Amino acid sequence: MAALAETSDAAETLLLVSNIEVIYNHVVLVLKGVSLSVPRGGITALLGGNGAGKTTTLKAISSLLQSERGEITKGSITYRGEPIAGLNPSELVRKGVIQVMEGRHCFAHLTVEENLLAGAYTRGDGRAAIARDLDLVYDYFPRLKERRRSQAGYTSGGEQQMCAIGRALMSRPQTILLDEPSMGLAPQLVEQIFGIVKRLNEEQGVSFLLAEQNTNVALRYAHYGYILESGRVVMDGPAAQLRENPDVKEFYLGMSEEGRKSFRDVRSYRRRKRWLS
Amino acid sequence: MMASLSRLRLASPEGVGLLLLAAYAAYGLFWLGSIDERDRLFFYEVTLSGLLAGVMYSLVALGFVLIFKSSGIFNFSQGVMALFAGLFLTGFMNDFGVPAFLAIPLTVAVMVAVAFAVERFVLRHLVNQEPIILFMATIGLAFVLEGVGDILWGSDVKPLDVGLPRGASDFLLDGYGLYVEKLEIAAAAVAAVLVVALSLFSQYTRIGRALRAVADDHQAALSVGISLRTIWVIVWSIAGAVALVAGIMWGSKSGVQFSLALIALKALPVLILGGFTSIPGAILGGLIIGVGEKWAEIYLGEVMNALFGLNASWFTAIENWFAYVLALAFLLVRPQGLFGEKIIERV
Repeated sequence: MAALAETSDAAETLLLVSNIEVIYNHVVLVLKGVSLSVPRGGITALLGGNGAGKTTTLKAISSLLQSERGEITKGSITYRGEPIAGLNPSELVRKGVIQVMEGRHCFAHLTVEENLLAGAYTRGDGRAAIARDLDLVYDYFPRLKERRRSQAGYTSGGEQQMCAIGRALMSRPQTILLDEPSMGLAPQLVEQIFGIVKRLNEEQGVSFLLAEQNTNVALRYAHYGYILESGRVVMDGPAAQLRENPDVKEFYLGMSEEGRKSFRDVRSYRRRKRWLS
Repeated sequence: MMASLSRLRLASPEGVGLLLLAAYAAYGLFWLGSIDERDRLFFYEVTLSGLLAGVMYSLVALGFVLIFKSSGIFNFSQGVMALFAGLFLTGFMNDFGVPAFLAIPLTVAVMVAVAFAVERFVLRHLVNQEPIILFMATIGLAFVLEGVGDILWGSDVKPLDVGLPRGASDFLLDGYGLYVEKLEIAAAAVAAVLVVALSLFSQYTRIGRALRAVADDHQAALSVGISLRTIWVIVWSIAGAVALVAGIMWGSKSGVQFSLALIALKALPVLILGGFTSIPGAILGGLIIGVGEKWAEIYLGEVMNALFGLNASWFTAIENWFAYVLALAFLLVRPQGLFGEKIIERV
């Protein structure tokens, strides 16, 4: 894991997405001009409901779109100043950008340890270095060490999420695109996973771009947030600021001036009027 | 396999199957003790030749398993690939006089080229399509390979001699009075080496691990930076090499001819028995089918006559379809095959 450079240039932009448009199957327009930037050493959250385009944005960056008949038709994506839109996922992993997919996607019939080693596929720096990083991953996820000999398909959801993050770490990434780590996990486990993400960010200097529906948790751990709706960024700002924003409170955190409020009562047209006009 | 045995319940279809098997084996041993010396020797001969024929089936099944495991594609053209490799080998040797030790690596190179071409012109364009579409593509591939082979080398039967031992094994004939072809023993040895090598490769190497990762989850494999294209070329190359081995063995036995492509059909029941995803399963399935069909051919008529008074001549040539009946019965009891990977489904 690339050591975090001096804090002085911590604000350097690693990943810059500008105004991208994504079309699936030549007809379905999913992203309608999304722009965002991920600074070195930051945790950036990408928030929004189902179908807002979070996963598509991450897949556009990691080039996994190519295998799903999706296509970037407009805009550009650069990583440390270089355009990366045409690269294949393997080249991106070598450059230090790796995605942890939604729903874990562990290799079910491989053991946990084999899963982790598969994450080191692109590396050419020898067995010793890989073994060192394996120990490092086991330090962060002691649970994985206990389960290292079991087939990943038979481990619990939380363990699989850890396995997926650990597998990504084995490629020595600089930036991890983390898609819905909280999906289907108990609140306690969600906190645990986010805690580890925060530690990885602080101790190993890994930058994160985090797509998440759980706005509450994500904004507590992230530094900066973007809110996506129907394929557009409708709002962005430092996480602390977003947390206090009355609209975010009302629409995403289920709170308003009058206290907690059911999402059911929020009229969607009001939202549309205010944000999407 | 052992773990699943301990969890076995006798009331399950598998339990019933095992009980039947045990009863059958006990009866077989009893019968073997009751017959005279000459018949016993004949029984051993039948069994051995069945086992060795089974190895030949396994060689073809092995190629299927390799491709199915890593790409989920049922490669219909595996049998034709054996023919194709055999044609090139005999072509190099008979038409150009290339010695066997040179012709074999040359043919491997041809099969690697085929693997590249298949990836470039077929698989690359069909990423993320339904398995049935890929299956259809391999049927098309079978026709193309067969046609190209025919155009290049002609369609007559070609003798193949790469220097494998021929005739009966003197050791077994003199020592035990058993008649066994040396060639079939060689095939068994080659198959054993091949299986051990492939298992070690897929279990302990970086590429092998990547192959298994791709077999499990294409998308995830892509996301950690494994290039599917590279993996596919590697897998198809290995399957091509295995097809060459099968082509050499079958070609040495009965000449390289177009009916070779049909042995792919015999590999199908082998796969159903052994499981589509298991290399040891392909071998064991081949052995069971090989022995089963020989036993059925020789003994089933008599047995049916003795038990039910049926005309024994009804059961001649049973060798040709016995394997399929066995596979059908197996599908009812254990659809994933003996060693097939259980589908791990989390809810």
